[in-house]
Amino acid sequence: MSKVKPNYARSLDLKNGRVDMSHGSGGRAMAQLISELFAAEFDNEYLAQGNDGAVLPSANGRLVVAIDSHVVSPLFFAGGDIGCLSVHGTINDVAVMGAKPLYLAASFILEEGFPLADLKRIVESMAKASREAGVPIVTGDTKVVERGKGDGVFITTTGVGFAREDIILSGDLAQPGDKILLSGTIGDHGMAILSQREGLTFSAPIVSDTAALHGLIATMLNSGAKLHVLRDPTRGGLATTLNEIAKQSGVGMMLHESAIAVNQPVEAACEFLGLDPLYVANEGKLIAICAQEDAENLLAVMRAHPLAREASIIGEVMEDTHGFVQMTTRLGGRRVVDWLAGEQLPRIC
Amino acid sequence: MCLAIPARIEELTTPGNAIVNLGGVRKEISLALVDDALVGDYVIVHVGYALQKLDQEEAELTLKMFAEMGVLDELRAELNEAEV
Amino acid sequence: MKYVDEFRDGELAKNIASNIVREAEPQNIYRLMEFCGGHTHAISRYGLADLLPANVRMIHGPGCPVCVLPIGRVDQAIRLAREHGVILCTYADTLRVPASDNLSLMRAKANGADVRMIYSTQDALKTARENPDREVVFLAIGFETTTPPTAVAVKQAAAEGIKNFSILCDHVLTPAAMHAILAVEGGVQLDGFVGPAHVSTVIGSKPYEPFADDYGKPVVIAGFEPLDVMQAILMLVRQVNDGRAEVENEFIRAVTREGNLKAQALVAEIFEVRDVFEWRGLGSVPNSALKLRPEYAAFDAELKFKVDYVTVPDNKACECAAILRGQKRPQECKIFGTVCTPENPVGSCMVSSEGACAAHYSYGRFRETA
Repeated sequence: MSKVKPNYARSLDLKNGRVDMSHGSGGRAMAQLISELFAAEFDNEYLAQGNDGAVLPSANGRLVVAIDSHVVSPLFFAGGDIGCLSVHGTINDVAVMGAKPLYLAASFILEEGFPLADLKRIVESMAKASREAGVPIVTGDTKVVERGKGDGVFITTTGVGFAREDIILSGDLAQPGDKILLSGTIGDHGMAILSQREGLTFSAPIVSDTAALHGLIATMLNSGAKLHVLRDPTRGGLATTLNEIAKQSGVGMMLHESAIAVNQPVEAACEFLGLDPLYVANEGKLIAICAQEDAENLLAVMRAHPLAREASIIGEVMEDTHGFVQMTTRLGGRRVVDWLAGEQLPRIC
Repeated sequence: MCLAIPARIEELTTPGNAIVNLGGVRKEISLALVDDALVGDYVIVHVGYALQKLDQEEAELTLKMFAEMGVLDELRAELNEAEV
Repeated sequence: MKYVDEFRDGELAKNIASNIVREAEPQNIYRLMEFCGGHTHAISRYGLADLLPANVRMIHGPGCPVCVLPIGRVDQAIRLAREHGVILCTYADTLRVPASDNLSLMRAKANGADVRMIYSTQDALKTARENPDREVVFLAIGFETTTPPTAVAVKQAAAEGIKNFSILCDHVLTPAAMHAILAVEGGVQLDGFVGPAHVSTVIGSKPYEPFADDYGKPVVIAGFEPLDVMQAILMLVRQVNDGRAEVENEFIRAVTREGNLKAQALVAEIFEVRDVFEWRGLGSVPNSALKLRPEYAAFDAELKFKVDYVTVPDNKACECAAILRGQKRPQECKIFGTVCTPENPVGSCMVSSEGACAAHYSYGRFRETA
């Protein structure tokens, strides 16, 4: 007599198994990957509908949608991984438009041979980030590419939310006289990644600052401050993001180096690698540009929130047809904080 | 090609190498170009090599000179005011 | 960061600046050249020009080894990567230098050449060990600061019997370049030099004595931090005022008269001086660059592979040559900031962040337009 239980179905080998081409073929193997891993972790009523698209409740307000792809390497780093990064990043992109992020969609491009144990870690991390943020992943897609044609895994997330009609935030709304606020230290995420790649170790490790900022943003939107622009300084760093805004708004900016906070290990790692923290990516920080008279109030509101304890006013917006972002240096001189030219290559010289 | 940083030798590793520390960041570098470098010494590090030891006494002297300049300035300012 | 932060103190900078303002005689103009690209970068990045009086002018010198590398030398590296299938290892600074055929090492990489960025020559050796079936070539650029690390790698490769490692030697010499500057036809009006920081830790202060003794130009060797540069400028102003021409050392914490004898000996063991070498901006300069000694010929990529050096003229509109000689300022170049930008550099002065043009564009161009 067979000792095999009726309806026995072998489950995914999440410990030692690897992604293979069948997981992307649309057949049983893929269905199993989805149900045993993705759906099990992301677990919500919309995903459980099990359809090609998720049907969501109607809502009031202006619809905001954002999309972000994540190709970070290494996949796992101090303070996070590609999974939670992909959740935080898109939530933030929706939130900085003044919208409450409601739902996420996630697509995975997996490389043949990618360990399922790593995939599980990533998916668990995404699920945790999604739960903590209160933003479920309601639909998704999986594709598999041949070995050598992908870098382990690429994740793309789309987020949707609704903004109140009275909240208008846009990069072209900065006005001369406005104050520029920064929610905390810069360079943590980029240096956490780069240091790991370059074999730097630390007595106090550099940890990525990846975080979902929609809670902080909600308190800022409710503060009564006249907010004109919100943006998160991701790739290209603070400098690039401010230059983008200056260009969009047709204004100039004057920053103050001594007001911009950099954690010591980040500063030291930048010295070692010949990089400038102003151009290093952040994943849990934001820039806010508001009317001058509301800056102090907004600062107090930000500092009251755990994700912005070290917020500061870093500068002001000025009239300037050239759109220069300038900075007074800690030595009292002045310099331009230019766009990033190409990839930020470390200086040896 | 001048960028170099002063870092403290924390640990001597395989012969000729050391782990240096700058502001809490540690990296392994080569000591092939300096002799008698000990734990606790500061070295100037360039492209993964220590180029020279940093003379800590001279460093302090330099900083002292910068600071004194400021004191002299203050004294001059006081004198000027007194004379007026 | 110890020995870094203290030398960036804003209050102390003001002290030194007020001394410069007070001591610079109003009827004099002080034309000072900071030779080293690292100093150009420090001056721009901290906005030090704002702290100086108008009659103290900094002229950017050719101490940026990327900037003085002629196009033909980059072409050699690119040809090695594309036509000989080598793994071309290079410091990051050289990746975006524009070369012939609209290429750069970075573009060659995008086109499939195996170009790899490294931080240390040890990385290049490691690459050679890990890829025994491939040839690994290291593009060795830099002044005397960067030469000893190359020497260590070549010596190590020889000791370990590594057969697949070689270097493209473009190491250049500081005193020779300083001589060339002073010998430029039409002359460059200079009242003194701020001497390089880390080159001097290796070569010592001795090699600068001829400039003081024979040319009558004061030299003050300055450390790398903004306070060092300010102090050196003050010391130069004093020398000019006193009519002195001496070699003084501000960077006493790392520079001695003799320098690092161990490093110098190692370099002398591995390299010898080339009779002549072409520099961007300075033309052919005698005894200004290094090549491997015959005993180390096996590590010389120019001998191992057929990649002859071919002179390639600079773009006609490019003023890098005059800028490197200190005869023109970046803003006087017709294509500065328009055709030639850090995104699309025409000349090497715009590629390296040490280059006068890149430094001015990235940090200082608000000055003209104000």
